[in-house]
Amino acid sequence: MDTTLIPFLLINLAKVIVVVVIFLMSVAYTVLLERKLVGRIQNRWGPSRVGPFGMLQPLVDGAKLFLKEDLMPEAVYRPLYILAPIIALSCALMSISVVPFGADIRWHGVQLFQISDNNIGLLILLGITSVGVYGIALSGWSSNNKYSLLGALRASAQVISYELALGLSLVGVVLRAGSLNLRAIVGVQATHGLLSWNFFGGFQFVAFFIYLMAAYAETNRSPFDLPEAESELTAGYHTEYSSMKFAMFFMAEYGNMITVGCVATLLFFGGWTSPFGTLLPQPHSAVLVALLSIFWFVVKVFFFLFLYIWVRGTLPRFRYDQLMGFGWKFLIPVAVANIVVTSFCIGLRLPPQ
Amino acid sequence: MHLALFIFFAGLCVAGALNLLLQRHPINSALSLIVVMSSLAVLYLLLGAEFLAAAQVIVYSGAIMVLFTFVIMLLNAGKEERTHGSKLAYIAGFPGAAALLGLLTFIFLSHRTEFGQARLGEYLATTSDLSRVLFTDLLLPFEVTSVLILIAILGAVALARKEH
Repeated sequence: MDTTLIPFLLINLAKVIVVVVIFLMSVAYTVLLERKLVGRIQNRWGPSRVGPFGMLQPLVDGAKLFLKEDLMPEAVYRPLYILAPIIALSCALMSISVVPFGADIRWHGVQLFQISDNNIGLLILLGITSVGVYGIALSGWSSNNKYSLLGALRASAQVISYELALGLSLVGVVLRAGSLNLRAIVGVQATHGLLSWNFFGGFQFVAFFIYLMAAYAETNRSPFDLPEAESELTAGYHTEYSSMKFAMFFMAEYGNMITVGCVATLLFFGGWTSPFGTLLPQPHSAVLVALLSIFWFVVKVFFFLFLYIWVRGTLPRFRYDQLMGFGWKFLIPVAVANIVVTSFCIGLRLPPQ
Repeated sequence: MHLALFIFFAGLCVAGALNLLLQRHPINSALSLIVVMSSLAVLYLLLGAEFLAAAQVIVYSGAIMVLFTFVIMLLNAGKEERTHGSKLAYIAGFPGAAALLGLLTFIFLSHRTEFGQARLGEYLATTSDLSRVLFTDLLLPFEVTSVLILIAILGAVALARKEH
């Protein structure tokens, strides 16, 4: 045991560092993508001055946020005011640890494209999501500012309500796979390419739309971005935050967006598998297989990020009572109906015992 | 490795529980309770109950404690005032607690061989094992419990409904 402990820790540390660096870089470039795309939607250029096509803008923004003065308002409750952004960001970073990015490729027995492959990956994701709300709730309360508090109350109520719809929408997928392991869920969808994905062949498109709407509400993104509705609440729960503390909330929000994209890809769109299934000739070299699986995964996640930004640029914000009514009176009953229909179909297909 | 994790999280659990009692601000107490519940989840995981650990985090640390903090924030509860406590607590409380602790320790120690030993990290109850037991051998208690929870929900709705 002790002889393998040190290499185990070192290998996992290396994996964590690589994943965190790539994750934070993609967060930075998602922000740029959003600014560019929203710019195009609103018929303007977006950032275009720093580097070719504004490609160096995220680095400059990061440097700016590091160098800004970190204000500490007088009336805040200090321990929680400092703890809140840390909780938000660490939950966003933790949830990426169970996501498999590519095919099950091992190098000397080390899984290359996933930090932790475990039986209850999906439940861990849900658990981290449900803990993540503390970051927002505590930031609003500890800021001692009425706009922050209102934003935080809205955010917690919204996240708790939509968590139910989110969890229920995933049950159909879990029923089809018979497992909570994310690799097993992708494995079920890997047989016939596009046709065996849960979205098309599995008839889980209802579940997918419920998941998508609930996930938009969970990440406080438009059209459910009431917690930071700037016309009513200045900036919502992070009104009192500046410099890196603000940046941590910002990174957490975009990190959660990426995680939601990854989970939607894994659960409904076949993860890293190719949409053409076995129609195309299969590559023989292991390196090519690895690169192709990463390629398909990134393309699908990119599609979801694009969708996020597109929705933000297109739809107006919900009213608060509409938001709650939509979650409780529409999404949850539909999700329950989806579970009943899916389990009925699976029950019909089972051989009689 | 497992033992180190156990000692760390058990210590965290006890420290959180003590902090919960000693803090004067309700929100600090609520946060300590979250620490206690999350470290209990890790202890479940070490004992191989993976579904229970995930459910502990999702239900207790995630949902129930969010409602606790939500209520504390809404009421804007301030610091509690210290009282000297009742005499009865000093006279009966401490000996009573000590007696209970002694009794439990005695029972556990005297039946040590029957209980057997907890095996840290060697045993794994997967979710499919758990659900098989729940939906075959323990189906009736499981369903009865869910009906009980449904009745509790209905009761809450009936109590909270405005009279017309």
